[in-house]
Amino acid sequence: MRSDPIRDPLRFIDERTGAAPFLRKTLRYAFPDHWSFLLGEVALYAFIVLVATGVYLALFFEPSLADTIYTGPYAPLHGVQMSEAYRSVVDISYSVDAGLLIRQTHHWAADVFVASIVLHLLRIFFTGAFRRPRELTYLIGLVMLFTSLLEGYLGYSLVDDLLSGMGLAIGYGVALSVPVVGGDLAMLVWGGPYPGSPAFMSRMYIAHVFLLPVLLATLIGLHLALVASRHHTQFRRTPRQTERRLVGLPTFPGQAPRSLALMSAVAAVLFLLGGLVQINPIWLWGPYELALGTNGAQPDWYLGWLIGGLRLMPGFDVTIGDYTPVPNPFWGGVLFPLVVVGVLATFPWLERLATGSRGRHNLLDRPRDAPGRTAFGLAFLTWVTVVFVAGSADRATVFFGLDYESQIRVYRVLVWVLPIVVFFVARRICRGLQEAERVEETREEAEAEGRLAAR
Amino acid sequence: MKVRGWMILILGLLGLARGRGRPQRERIVEAGDPEPRAEAIVIVLLLLTALAAAGFVVAYGLGASTQVMGAALGGSLTLLAAALIVVAKRLVVSEELEEEYSGAHPDEREAVAQIVEESGSRMTRKRLLAAAAGAAGTSVGVALITPAVSLGPLFDSSPLYRTPWRAGRRLVDQHGKPMLADDIETETFYSAYPEGASKDDLGAPLVVIRLDPAALRLPPGREDWAPEGILAFSKICTHAGCAIALYRTPKFAPTQPKPALVCPCHYSTFDPAAGAQVTFGPAGRPLPQLPLMIATGRELRAAGNYSGPVGPSWSGVRSKPAS
Repeated sequence: MRSDPIRDPLRFIDERTGAAPFLRKTLRYAFPDHWSFLLGEVALYAFIVLVATGVYLALFFEPSLADTIYTGPYAPLHGVQMSEAYRSVVDISYSVDAGLLIRQTHHWAADVFVASIVLHLLRIFFTGAFRRPRELTYLIGLVMLFTSLLEGYLGYSLVDDLLSGMGLAIGYGVALSVPVVGGDLAMLVWGGPYPGSPAFMSRMYIAHVFLLPVLLATLIGLHLALVASRHHTQFRRTPRQTERRLVGLPTFPGQAPRSLALMSAVAAVLFLLGGLVQINPIWLWGPYELALGTNGAQPDWYLGWLIGGLRLMPGFDVTIGDYTPVPNPFWGGVLFPLVVVGVLATFPWLERLATGSRGRHNLLDRPRDAPGRTAFGLAFLTWVTVVFVAGSADRATVFFGLDYESQIRVYRVLVWVLPIVVFFVARRICRGLQEAERVEETREEAEAEGRLAAR
Repeated sequence: MKVRGWMILILGLLGLARGRGRPQRERIVEAGDPEPRAEAIVIVLLLLTALAAAGFVVAYGLGASTQVMGAALGGSLTLLAAALIVVAKRLVVSEELEEEYSGAHPDEREAVAQIVEESGSRMTRKRLLAAAAGAAGTSVGVALITPAVSLGPLFDSSPLYRTPWRAGRRLVDQHGKPMLADDIETETFYSAYPEGASKDDLGAPLVVIRLDPAALRLPPGREDWAPEGILAFSKICTHAGCAIALYRTPKFAPTQPKPALVCPCHYSTFDPAAGAQVTFGPAGRPLPQLPLMIATGRELRAAGNYSGPVGPSWSGVRSKPAS
């Protein structure tokens, strides 16, 4: 018998795994088409780049707080005392060929990863894709978003430069602020009062390179399995697309080259950014010392809303006698993110309560189709965004000379007023758009009737 | 004769066809027209991809800059993406498949429920069994996570109150040189550490400044804490533990009326003249003040421990003094 490059390997696999029916189904799985459906895929491909570049970095990084004196090629740091961790990252940047490229690509990929998850979440939210039967997919997505925030925070904390030290100090302050158990919690995590035991570096390291990535990878698998099991949602672009039937491009040959193209494009952008656009030049920050701080300390963008929450709070600790049940960082650092997570996680059920709609939804809404949801979502987004922007008020002071304290006072008002304004304006616009469509439809019908009558 | 000849010929051709390929089946993937131009574009793009990727290897070998390596690698991936887009748009058919959304499985569900129920039919005291199983499960769970307590000192918050400062301990600068009262000038600030103690201790670093003694409005009981107007505060912000790295002196008196110590993380602002009371920002407590004395040889020494525990607040921060 003649050999066949397609059928022979297939026979080998099918006889040993029985995978042929599964393969056939997979190749003809239909993907409904819309550009916004690619946002989640961008996150997936950024994750792949993160794992690949992260493994490479782990081959050179030394997770140790042991003291050393720098003697490498970067002259300004000569003779400076620093941790082995920081020294090894300076070496990755200056002594390892292509090390800086991979390090910067890793950092850019983290920023793009979180950004694409957030955009994906906005798409899911404003089209109602989270509704029954996809609540679990949505919840897993939320868990991944917040896991990736922690993962990113740990990633830049590992470097032990001045910025990472300041970030960790804040993390310690937020941990201490948890009511009642905060002191014990912080001591447990850090192994003692800040900066903690040397083992704290090992704890961050195992979490950053193993626990959280494995959790993320597992959740990605589950997320995709659930997407495939319930199938993609779709916009109603043709009358053939209904709540029961979907129309889309098969995995093979239609979708595969498109997805691979997106993967290549994401990797291309990340490597171009990593090569051409400097990010986190840690040799400029210097090694961390407890007693040092730098003006204009800004974390990676995805933690900006937490910095903003901490900065906006008026200064008070809640006290009862000499007991302090609620230290200040709790409000911006613990309660605020918990409220954001809580609202997002319960939203599918809140909406069901509010609208009474219990049905299954495979067709997506356009934002205008659900004015209440769109208005609430935009108001909520405005709330978080104002806090985020307030977190960069010091930059506005540096660049535009605006008085910092006045800005914060303005933001303290805006953070409550703007969301309410946005809610009513957005609802009005959605209803206006719906109205305009109805008028258009009526006009077309009338014209058609008119033509019939004329005949 | 003629008919038979034709039939043989047709059968032969059919046989030939069968020999050449497999029996013709109905197509699964839609048919489409060849696109020789698109093919040519894809081939060129793929070759350029290979060229750029090889360029990266060469750049790496020559020790080229990060920018060149990034451009080569990113460029090759860009070309690959372009090739794949042409494949997707022009070389494979873009079919529209219809599929039914799959629902749930009520029958299977019922069967599962039945299996679970029937499996327990021999058990009569189900609640008691469940309670016992719950107790076992919880205890084993607690036992398994107990070793995690070793991560840190649990239920012992005394380390949070501890500081290295004691009455008589000398203030030294970051190189270990003792600080003299006469070195401390107004309108600038100094970092100081306890002599002979670790700098990596939240309680160690101080910010030292000099103000006009007449301008001081320290809380009662601290009258002699600032000899000659020299003040020392913990350098660690009481909000979230960053270092107080900014000192605002009234160079522009109308807009910035008085000196202030500022934390660059969340802009907690403290008034040193008033014992580092919070005047703006999120901190909930003043910076702990360290009482100073000027010893023989004009050396600055601590005259005791801080006015309170250092660092960010926790539930017990006001319950005990610094120790």
